[in-house]
Amino acid sequence: MSKKTLIPIGPYHPLQEEPELFKLYCDGEIVRDIKWETGYNHRGIEKLSESKTYDQVFFLVERICGICSTSHPFAFANAVEEIIGVEVTDRAKYIRSIIGELERIHSHLLWVGLAGHFLGYNTVFMWAWKYREPVLDLFEMITGNRNSYAMFRVGGVRRDIDESKIPEIQSVLDGLKTKTDLLAGAVMDDPVIHARTKGVGILTKQDILDYAAVGPTARASGVAIDVRKDDPYAAYPLVNWKVITAEAGDVFAKAEVRLLEMYESVSIIEQCLKGLQKSAGQDIALKIKEIPEGMGMGRAEAPRGEVFHCVFSDGSNSPARHKIRAPSYVNIATFKKACIGQTIADATISLAAVDPCYCCTERMAVAYDSKSGKRLMNARELTELSFQRTSEIKNKLI
Amino acid sequence: MSREEIIDQFRKKFEPEILDVTEKNPKRMIVTVRPEAILEIAEYLYTSAGFRFIIATALHTRKGFEIHYHFSRDEAGLILNIHVVLDKDDPKIESLSNLFNASNWIEREMHELYGIDFVNHPNQEKLISEGNWAEGVYPYRKEFK
Repeated sequence: MSKKTLIPIGPYHPLQEEPELFKLYCDGEIVRDIKWETGYNHRGIEKLSESKTYDQVFFLVERICGICSTSHPFAFANAVEEIIGVEVTDRAKYIRSIIGELERIHSHLLWVGLAGHFLGYNTVFMWAWKYREPVLDLFEMITGNRNSYAMFRVGGVRRDIDESKIPEIQSVLDGLKTKTDLLAGAVMDDPVIHARTKGVGILTKQDILDYAAVGPTARASGVAIDVRKDDPYAAYPLVNWKVITAEAGDVFAKAEVRLLEMYESVSIIEQCLKGLQKSAGQDIALKIKEIPEGMGMGRAEAPRGEVFHCVFSDGSNSPARHKIRAPSYVNIATFKKACIGQTIADATISLAAVDPCYCCTERMAVAYDSKSGKRLMNARELTELSFQRTSEIKNKLI
Repeated sequence: MSREEIIDQFRKKFEPEILDVTEKNPKRMIVTVRPEAILEIAEYLYTSAGFRFIIATALHTRKGFEIHYHFSRDEAGLILNIHVVLDKDDPKIESLSNLFNASNWIEREMHELYGIDFVNHPNQEKLISEGNWAEGVYPYRKEFK
């Protein structure tokens, strides 16, 4: 009789938006079943939002996630503006889109770095995180903060982007393009990365529809959904760009989609900077006196996929009900499809490909024997298992 | 297919089930239906009309428990809200989780926070407060005077 081993991955890491515990039930090296427990860091934000004023809720929802901290205020602003029925000025739209796309670039770079690390490519990790720094510096220059930018408000944005800052933003973008070329080259042309990621963690179109997955996870499986195109908001309908998709649905396709999206983001920002010059002199925020009774649904495309906010207003100064759905809520559930039947060494990168769960896998994973409770493996050993697989493939290829 | 055609087709097909229709703007449609019809409507939206389930929002109001099921038709940029009002004292509705996995977690969450019973849910266990919250106490319920 084969012995099933339980490998828990998780649950907790304070940097993550969603600490979770994944229990991998393994037969030898093969993952046979996966179960999860969530709610370790449930902060009751939906409930908390009901006790804050609309202006305060922006700061609250910004803290849902540290990495994509502008996508929640973005969706919330869209929802509240839908209740009021206003459209912000073009200048505010351009500023919003610039912040949104800079965030996508830094989030995707962060992902590429971690994906590299999990495959045993620590050089990729160092590079990607180094290239991410200038983007964070740009955030500091534009918004005053490297993270949690506090740029959004109902009816517009809080800070303007000064004409004098545009050349510096442009020079960082120019630098980013060459660095993305470098990274894309390192990832796309490497036979070892191909061997580790192609055909691994495949999600079919049907899986995506069944789990309602969104963002790069869906687009890598050929499902071309992107809120920026489908339900245009901010400056996205005013600029030219295309939705990046891939067909394979494996880890490689997800990496490809994210890398190519960075080029699109750079191009969107460049066009928005031109838009800023055209819209000079416009107000950055409208004066909103009160928020009428009603219901508004706001969506925004975060780096990980669609963020959905549904706000009910009773005419008072705080929301009567505020429902939030972050993209990982639907994306994480696809692990059930992506990981079962894979080896443990591949499960690490399959989990990581969806982009919610790096820190867990890195810091907290400990493997226990499901019968005796004896410790079998810790996080480092799990990651080393992945490294080992990469070096085996390397040796075979070279 | 245009937004109007999608909406017309839906309204024709489910005319007897529809109690109320609100169109906030051309991209958002709120349709109040009889709770008994939810499975049939969801099945139509998901399997034949090309809708994607976004999420569901539960509310506790003076009317009772309300659920808004948000469905998105992405190519048309349309969000169709299927709205149901459930009984004050015994809120229950058919689960959609046997139709698509996307509703599995949110139904568990609504069950946990509001005490709404999802009939035929494959695994209606607690999602977020397993082991550290009292049974039968629903934190998002309100008290109306």
